Amino acid sequence: MSASTSNDTLTPSQMAHAHPNPEVHGDGHDHGTRRTYLIGFALSVILTAIPFWLVMNNVIADTTIATLVIMAFGVVQIFVHMVYFLHMNTKSEGGWTMMAAIFTIIVIVIALSGSLWVMFHLNTNMMPGHIMNPADLI
Amino acid sequence: MSSNATTAEGDAPQFYELVPHHHAPHGSTQIGFWIYLMSDCLIFASLFAIYGVLGGNFAAGPSPVHLFNLQLVAVSTGALLLSSITYGFAMLDMDEGKKTGTLVWLVITGLLGAVFLGLTLYEFYHMIHEGAVPQRSAFLSAFFVLVGTHALHVTFGILWLVTLLVQIGAKGLIPANKIRVQCLSMFWHFLDVIWIGVFTVVYLMGMLR
Repeated sequence: MSASTSNDTLTPSQMAHAHPNPEVHGDGHDHGTRRTYLIGFALSVILTAIPFWLVMNNVIADTTIATLVIMAFGVVQIFVHMVYFLHMNTKSEGGWTMMAAIFTIIVIVIALSGSLWVMFHLNTNMMPGHIMNPADLI
Repeated sequence: MSSNATTAEGDAPQFYELVPHHHAPHGSTQIGFWIYLMSDCLIFASLFAIYGVLGGNFAAGPSPVHLFNLQLVAVSTGALLLSSITYGFAMLDMDEGKKTGTLVWLVITGLLGAVFLGLTLYEFYHMIHEGAVPQRSAFLSAFFVLVGTHALHVTFGILWLVTLLVQIGAKGLIPANKIRVQCLSMFWHFLDVIWIGVFTVVYLMGMLR
């Protein structure tokens, strides 16, 4: 974890392992620059404004397509924020932030898709008057 | 990861550390805080799943089209988005060692957060006034829990931010305060990420439902 010390407190043994790039601050995190913050902000403004405009003006008549388009904008914007504001990359903390994030995303996808899938079918099958198997009536 | 601890002089391999391993102060704080944020993500994932399952159960009560005011949501979204970039500017000023600049940007961030929180509370007040209370329908229960949990996070973020303002004001940009500002930065941007999910799933998709 030698990369996680601040540069002014390095002991000689740690010096040998210090990050060769002086641009990188010593705490294992890439902080971004004014330019990357502004790029991220511009992107997120665009990615927010378009879905709001789509819904407020009923641009897309088909609600299924409109829903999918809006969700796509949301997912892209989440990734923009993770890269430009949370400074996620494969290198910070030796890759462990990325590993934790990937694990979390997998769990979220399982929880969300599983819940929606199961409960949708439960709702469909529990409709009043719904007969799963006609033989049960006899 | 740990580098030179087991390669002492001599040929015999050494499997334990004779010298206490040096850990930089706060060296593991950021990864620890990141793990906390990931676990917080799971809380929100379950709340989103609940909203996804129950969001259509209006129990003959009001539906999103009757309740939500997209203009209001657009303004609060703008406030939160702006607060993300102002926090970024605070981080940049902190890296350059500008104490006053850091404090000013943090204050602006806090005010934008307060605007967001005020609008959310106004919306809640308005809804409750119209009888759209959490116990009215499963949709409203899920809505208040999801949006309320996010608003609660913003509240604690603002409290943390005010505490940091006092700490930086008293002690300056010492390493401990820098770590705290960096952790709050992660927390603040994380809340913005969650809000993207909320305005997409709850408000925009709710208006389409």
